Amino acid sequence: MTELHTQTLAELSAGIKAKKFSSVELTRHFLNRIEKFDAELNAFITVTPELALTQAQAADARIAAGQASVLTGLPLAHKDIFCTDGVLTSCASKMLSNFVSPYDATVVARLKDQGVVMLGKTNMDEFAMGSSNETSYYGAVKNPWNLTKVPGGSSGGSAAAVAARIAPAATGTDTGGSIRQPAALTSLTGIKPTYGRVSRYGMIAFASSLDQGGVMCLSAEDAALLLQAMSGFDERDSTSVEMPVPDYRTTLNQPLKGLKIGLVKEFFEQGLSEENAKPVRDALAVYEQLGAQLVEVSLPNLPLSVPTYYVVAPAECSSNLSRFDGVRFGYRCDNPKDLMDLYTRSRAEGFGSEVKRRIMTGAYVLSAGYYDAYYLRAQKIRRLITEEFAAAFQKVDVLMGPTSPTTAFDIGAKVDDPVTMYLNDIYTIGANLAGLPAMSIPCGFLGGLPVGLQIIGSHFAEAKLLNVAHGYQQVTDWHKRMPERYA
Amino acid sequence: MSLTRNNVETIARLARLAVTEDEASSYASSLSKILHLVEQLNVADVSAIEPMAHPLAGMVQRLRADEVTAVDEHEKFQRNAAKVSSGLYLVPKVIE
Repeated sequence: MTELHTQTLAELSAGIKAKKFSSVELTRHFLNRIEKFDAELNAFITVTPELALTQAQAADARIAAGQASVLTGLPLAHKDIFCTDGVLTSCASKMLSNFVSPYDATVVARLKDQGVVMLGKTNMDEFAMGSSNETSYYGAVKNPWNLTKVPGGSSGGSAAAVAARIAPAATGTDTGGSIRQPAALTSLTGIKPTYGRVSRYGMIAFASSLDQGGVMCLSAEDAALLLQAMSGFDERDSTSVEMPVPDYRTTLNQPLKGLKIGLVKEFFEQGLSEENAKPVRDALAVYEQLGAQLVEVSLPNLPLSVPTYYVVAPAECSSNLSRFDGVRFGYRCDNPKDLMDLYTRSRAEGFGSEVKRRIMTGAYVLSAGYYDAYYLRAQKIRRLITEEFAAAFQKVDVLMGPTSPTTAFDIGAKVDDPVTMYLNDIYTIGANLAGLPAMSIPCGFLGGLPVGLQIIGSHFAEAKLLNVAHGYQQVTDWHKRMPERYA
Repeated sequence: MSLTRNNVETIARLARLAVTEDEASSYASSLSKILHLVEQLNVADVSAIEPMAHPLAGMVQRLRADEVTAVDEHEKFQRNAAKVSSGLYLVPKVIE
């Protein structure tokens, strides 16, 4: 039998259905691998073995009773930004290092309803602010392809866990590239759906007009399975969209002949070496062989996405994180002398330096006298960028380009310079500003490190993205490669 | 735009963050770099552009009927608070 950890969710689901193994056996297999490998990876903040085995037993009972769905009994890890009832939900911050959530996020509840087994909670950048998973209160996560490299961020623990096959899939969130960039740096398939597609209820807020939950897994087919269960209207999220969720799996195999792919000129001109561009260009050639047509498109204001983001996101962050006051939940300083001291010291001691930097950036751009020059101007440029995307989708079906300007970099290499770190997200931020669905899929290696191809679609075109990614994965095997150490 | 240590201390006060003098100097330098990055936005002509606050066009804020839909779970929620007494959150004395 093929090793359990090398299989996709779709394969594992078929194995459970064919009674080749039970959910308990499958769950034990992954818990053992976490036990064996996580000390060196630091991918998990919390592992929940007892809970996982209880859920696996319940899943097996459900399967025996003939009431299983395709996901019943499959294990998965949740990014520690999703609230999980009765389990520590830290958001990788000292601020929430004592927070046992009293409820489940909608994403967690929906997967639970399907009988999905939770293995634990994955490490991340503190409050999802970072591109390397180095801002976590619980320490940096290592890239399974090379333990001296970062796995990307902010969903770095989810990326490392799936890449090392200590979890078959994991949830993530993407505010400026936090699913796609780590997926690219660890050779995974990751999808950030359209804004409003997946409920944000119980997903700890960073920048509410940009945050969107999604998944990181081994194939487009697995992404389709998970997204199907996670998506859909939720009255508890005021920006959740009331729109039916299509059956993503039924359209996976549509032929790609005639597909119009837009190559974003600015992506290839901006900060990308020819060497780094090559695996992406090779992937585009594969699409041509599948019958797709390549068209160059230009989005002249796209290079302004990073500065736009670093006004909008910190502004929303400073507002969202004002809820951490040391009173109702979270860290509280010792012996506050008055109420102001309680607020300022609890927050100073509870937040890490990158989080404080973003809160202060946000407070500054929103402050009297600067609001028009920074925040309002950024909101206007956000519209310009969004309109340019909309114009491009009049001409093409999907946009493609690199996910990240470089492969995984050394741990510690960029921690001293926030702006250099911010430029990692140069290709991913545009989709967040415009609320568009976007994916990263593995498309090759450079110096032994993975490279990702980014695919961006129009609003609610998740089915198209998954179809386009699946077509590529039927004729290539980059997504099946795994780090030798964890094979 | 470069920020001074005094600017940072003002911003930190607005954001309810205690900062030491050393931290204020260090944040002055890194925040100045971020504002320098953000200054690229000045190149765009935005004179006729409406600001965009929501990524999906035409979305309206959904309203619900003003009815009680949640049950009282304050004891459960207050388990995460540092100091609680008789269902109230305790903070240092505000009025002498």
